[in-house]
Amino acid sequence: MNFDFSDEQKQMRDAARKFLAEKCPPKAVREVLDGKATYDKALWKGLAEMGFLGVAIPEEFGGAGAGHLELCVIAEEMGRALAPVPFSSTVYLAAEALLLAGSDAQKQKWLPKIASGDAIGTLALFEGKGNPSPQAIKLSAAGGTLNGVKKPVPDGAIADFAVVAARTGSTGRDADISLFLVDLKAGGVEVRSLTNIDPTHGQAELTFKNCKAEPLGAAGEGWGILTQVLDRAAVLMAFEQVGGSDRALEMGRDYALDRIAFGRPIGSFQAVKHILADMYVSATLARSNCYYGAWALSTNASELPEAAAAARISATQAFQHCSKNNIQVHGGMGFTWEFDCHMYYRRANATAVTLGSLSYWEDQLIDRMRKKNAA
Amino acid sequence: MDLKDNGMNFDDTPQEAAFRAEAKAWIGANAPKQYEEELRKSSLGRTVLKGANILEVAKAWQKRKADAGWACLHWPKEYGGRGSSPIERVIWQQEEGPFGKLSGMFIIGHGMCGPTMMAFAGEEEKRKYLPPLASGEKVWCQLFSEPAGGSDVAGLRTRAEKKGDDWIINGQKIWTSGAHYSDYGILLTRTDPNVAKHKGLTMFFLDMKSPGVEVRPIKQASGQSDFNEVYFTDVKIPDSQRLGAVNDGWNVSLTTLMNERMSIGAGVSTGFPELFDFCNSLMLDDGPAIEDRNVRSRLANYAVKASGLKYTSMRAISALSKGDRPGPENSIGKLVAGSMVQEVAMYALDLQGAAGVLSGPEDAEVAGKFQAMLLRAPGTRVEGGTDEIMRNIIAERVLGLPGDIRVDKDVPFNKIPTKGRA
Repeated sequence: MNFDFSDEQKQMRDAARKFLAEKCPPKAVREVLDGKATYDKALWKGLAEMGFLGVAIPEEFGGAGAGHLELCVIAEEMGRALAPVPFSSTVYLAAEALLLAGSDAQKQKWLPKIASGDAIGTLALFEGKGNPSPQAIKLSAAGGTLNGVKKPVPDGAIADFAVVAARTGSTGRDADISLFLVDLKAGGVEVRSLTNIDPTHGQAELTFKNCKAEPLGAAGEGWGILTQVLDRAAVLMAFEQVGGSDRALEMGRDYALDRIAFGRPIGSFQAVKHILADMYVSATLARSNCYYGAWALSTNASELPEAAAAARISATQAFQHCSKNNIQVHGGMGFTWEFDCHMYYRRANATAVTLGSLSYWEDQLIDRMRKKNAA
Repeated sequence: MDLKDNGMNFDDTPQEAAFRAEAKAWIGANAPKQYEEELRKSSLGRTVLKGANILEVAKAWQKRKADAGWACLHWPKEYGGRGSSPIERVIWQQEEGPFGKLSGMFIIGHGMCGPTMMAFAGEEEKRKYLPPLASGEKVWCQLFSEPAGGSDVAGLRTRAEKKGDDWIINGQKIWTSGAHYSDYGILLTRTDPNVAKHKGLTMFFLDMKSPGVEVRPIKQASGQSDFNEVYFTDVKIPDSQRLGAVNDGWNVSLTTLMNERMSIGAGVSTGFPELFDFCNSLMLDDGPAIEDRNVRSRLANYAVKASGLKYTSMRAISALSKGDRPGPENSIGKLVAGSMVQEVAMYALDLQGAAGVLSGPEDAEVAGKFQAMLLRAPGTRVEGGTDEIMRNIIAERVLGLPGDIRVDKDVPFNKIPTKGRA
């Protein structure tokens, strides 16, 4: 048994951390936060040059052909650095959907461009309030054209293409849903940027009006593919959340060591220490759940649905817990724009809902555990 | 054979697989199978066997293991062990399964007293005392806590005074697990009250049948008696039973407590599997509990804590197998599981409505398991280091935060105030 990453994978993590420390300091994140750029284009190019964008894409499609464990360690570093680039939407959602369901021609068209940093992709799933469900998908597909509105779509305003979930039937069953691939630059889509709690990652509304689209995967199999894509993205996003949790914990710890009040470092007061100890506990539980998720993802194990839901819940809780208590440890300074604490708080609460809410994943976890028990 | 490490796998190496097969075969042929079902079910709190004395069953199983070389696997062979690697010990625990619950009465002896003896006793004593400890023929207890020193164990007051070649012990210990069936104990005493509290302590081991030792069971808030008070009145201990130097007992005790953390992998009880099963079968007014939205949310929260602990322990085992020593980060298991068991019990009662109050095995759901769990739970959060001490350990030794300001650090022990409000 080795319930840990290999030495090579750890070296890749170190390389990613070093690269991001240099190319993505908080100052760079703030460029996007302050609206001076929609995303960090130089960083995106750099990630492509490092081979990080295509790390889990097979070599025949222009990737590095490493694997998902390697992608997990990079995801953790992306979360830690709050990288203001469309990594999760392009790599966890669009690329995974293409890998799972794309035709050879579709993979050849988009995957090399993802790996080289020349295409940004996303998944257009949600239509307003609510969690992932076939019933919530109203956008219609008929005769190869799409009509309807998707929002929020992560990184939708900067994406070159989108995987779109559409309704192709009205039987009330999962088979009503099919996936489509849309070139967002080819016309037929109106894009509107939406204000959101984490401006370091854009959200958009996409309005499809007789928009041309090609099927992704077989008709009627959209919901099954989506479920798999969301599970895989849940594990990868959970690594980002764990990376963010760890960084928030470190920030709180460092501040508690440096800040003097009542004549002593505030980290010597048990009231503060215990907050930090609890942050460590939640981050550790999340990391361990994520490692199980990584194992399930990398081996495509039958345990993946359960492991992904557990990783998702645990990491969401940890990032929310660590980021809010990092502010608490910082006191008033933690509530200033100038300090970086709020950037983690924003990211934590945005990632907590963007793949479906905590209560949605709680529900999923229990369903999946029951299924396993019954089997 | 390709031994390239690709990371994240649960596979045994060929040697591990061979060891597992050998252990499995031996357990299959030798374990007391007639108790398997009862042991499997008794997951919470104390283990009870109907129609059998569990101490006798446990001792017989331990002796059988020892005779075949399966006791205290990680100890050296000359002291009754097998000289196994840490990972082999974990594999053994996995294969021993429910029969491992019979080791409860030996945990303190094997996990704490034995390693302390190994580090500090003379060679003659080690060869004499350790093999019967390993085989379960002799049971050991640990005598550290006192009424005046629980979390602050260095505040203990039991005196040891040198008289010729002997030491004379007077004082009182408390919360001693298993003292009533123990043959030996390791005992932390105060030998110099005129120096700072940590600097005047000395460790001994003693025969619990020595004249002047009196064991009185404590009736706990749960109504049960798992612990004891132990009184010492002019108890004589030969100097040959001293462990470590005079007044160096604090350092000796740190070895003991460090070894407590070695016993990872055994798994902590969270109450989650029991609650999940319960919710699967429980009917509420409007349908099965497991289909209720609130129930599912609560269950999911407990589920990820339980799985988080499970995989944290697996990460620790992986580190152990690579030669890392288990560190203070393992405090997390007890901290999380302790309060979780309590919450789980409260929630299970809540789900039963007014009937949740009933605890008689014939009237209560799941034979009163959750009610028993509820009443036992406060102790879990205190024993072996309170939740607050665990948080201090994590904050100070894992995160590197400063220690508390200790106003008694440089004060001679006999000048430290003993009362709060006068």
